Amino acid sequence: MKTMKRKKRIPLNALIGIVIVGLIVAAALISLAWTPHDPLRINFGSRLKLPGGRYLLGTDEFGRDELSRLMAGAATSVWIAVLTVTFSIVAGSIVGVLTGFLRGWTDRIIMAFNNALLAFPGLLLALGLLAVVGANQYGIVLALGLAYTPSVTRIVRGTVLSLREKEFIESSRVLGNSELYTMVRHVLPNCTAPLTVLATSMFGWVILAESALSFLGLGVPPPAPTWGNMLASARPFMAQASYLSILPGLCIALTLLGINLLGDAVRDWLDPRMKGVQ
Amino acid sequence: MFRFAAARIAMAIPTLLIVAVSVFVLIRLIPGDPAQLLLGDLATPASLADLRASLGLDRSLPTQFGIWFSHVLKGDLGLSINSGQDVLSLVADRFLVSGRIVLVAVALAAMVAVPAGMIAAWKQNRAPDLLLVGSATLLVSIPTFWLGLLLLLLFGLKLGWLPVVGYVGIADDWKNGLLYLALPVLTLFLHEIGVLMRMARASTLEVLRLDYITHARAKGLSERAVLMRHAFKNAFGPTWTLIGLVLGNLLGGIAVVETVFTIPGLGRLLVDAIFARDYPVIQGCLLFVAVIYVVVNLVIDLCYPLFDPRVAVE
Repeated sequence: MKTMKRKKRIPLNALIGIVIVGLIVAAALISLAWTPHDPLRINFGSRLKLPGGRYLLGTDEFGRDELSRLMAGAATSVWIAVLTVTFSIVAGSIVGVLTGFLRGWTDRIIMAFNNALLAFPGLLLALGLLAVVGANQYGIVLALGLAYTPSVTRIVRGTVLSLREKEFIESSRVLGNSELYTMVRHVLPNCTAPLTVLATSMFGWVILAESALSFLGLGVPPPAPTWGNMLASARPFMAQASYLSILPGLCIALTLLGINLLGDAVRDWLDPRMKGVQ
Repeated sequence: MFRFAAARIAMAIPTLLIVAVSVFVLIRLIPGDPAQLLLGDLATPASLADLRASLGLDRSLPTQFGIWFSHVLKGDLGLSINSGQDVLSLVADRFLVSGRIVLVAVALAAMVAVPAGMIAAWKQNRAPDLLLVGSATLLVSIPTFWLGLLLLLLFGLKLGWLPVVGYVGIADDWKNGLLYLALPVLTLFLHEIGVLMRMARASTLEVLRLDYITHARAKGLSERAVLMRHAFKNAFGPTWTLIGLVLGNLLGGIAVVETVFTIPGLGRLLVDAIFARDYPVIQGCLLFVAVIYVVVNLVIDLCYPLFDPRVAVE
């Protein structure tokens, strides 16, 4: 008998998402080793050069190569997003497992706090935290990471609570495994699917929030290029060099589009109940 | 209904308390003497001693919180280090500017996005749906500050229809005031259409699968009646909740749009205060936005039973 081969077609939107995100990550990785020009080298002789010729995408108000800066900016944004998402997932998982595991008053107090934080606009929370930790690259990671941790905590705690009385968890206890081991070995893996969905969209939120903060001047400080601070410094030159206001924003929008498309596809794939529902 | 309202209001109180504690703790987390931080350059030995006494800095933290909280309840948020103005009136003035923009933009966006999302769901996976979902995904992917810059480039610089920098209050000169508000409102409007349309489509899709819709169709009702009379009420709930969240999120995130259009709003006030380390203003802004956020979501929830009475019964 011929075995039925289940052909899984990757949906078109997921494919577009993968290509876009792949290109951005590739540009970020390449920039670590090579950029067409030094993204930080100031050259007043070639200020505000239009795209084309020696400088493919033109130069900025200090004569720095725009393409090199966009690539370096991708590296900064992706790196910050990776750090922040990792921070939130790890911190949220630890708190979620602990509250689900300890229950009682610890759980109630932590969850009241968690829900209050969830009932708070993420960017506002980050702004408040930045006022304390100071505006720099790692300040952003800490501020955004803490701002997004409550969503992770809620998902992990929910899974822990729904699973802790299930038979396979019970049998792990009966085998003599410690409660903590059971949690980490058997409960936490069940959080993978919802956390992957969350992490994908969180990646997009962080890229957006980081560029917004950098645009406000509260993010990565110049001269290090990020798409956000490039947009901010392009504003006075909007009339002479509109490409400086267009290109970094295009990079942010493309990245977000890619992540949104990818995120929808990941959710359809891991959570089929939501299929077709956006 | 009364019990539902009372329960919902009671739920908001711990949230507000935790918000107050967080804002209070925030300033205590910064290394240094809080009195010095709060007075900044205005500090003199006498004023420092005064403030230390009135904040109760020599007493325990819970007592300090109690003192601070009783000031807050009386509407006393302190004085701005930079301008010496009363923080509450400063924040309230700036809020009127931002609040107007956000409210108009979200109301307009909802009026377009909800019908569009319902049409998309109704035509699921056909041309109108793909077109609408495609544009919604595109719109949510464009950051507001970039969208604002693009609109500024187009309408301000290329076409010259609208002013590029500056701001005129609508109360001072309503004709020019409207011109300055047009682009920020348009920016947020376009962005929120994307957000709300995705939600309206998703919840309509879920509702259209339910048996009572099949039943309504089987009765021979027109598609129009099915959508408007039967699907709309149930499908609108999640979008309505999202509108509340969006309003709050916009107040937190409006700083970028205000920066693009040089509008003296609440977001800009907060960001400038962070730069200037004007802690009373930072505290005031955070507290104010958080309270507005909680209250808006409370009002949204309290309105919910109007189109879904089940909520009040549960």
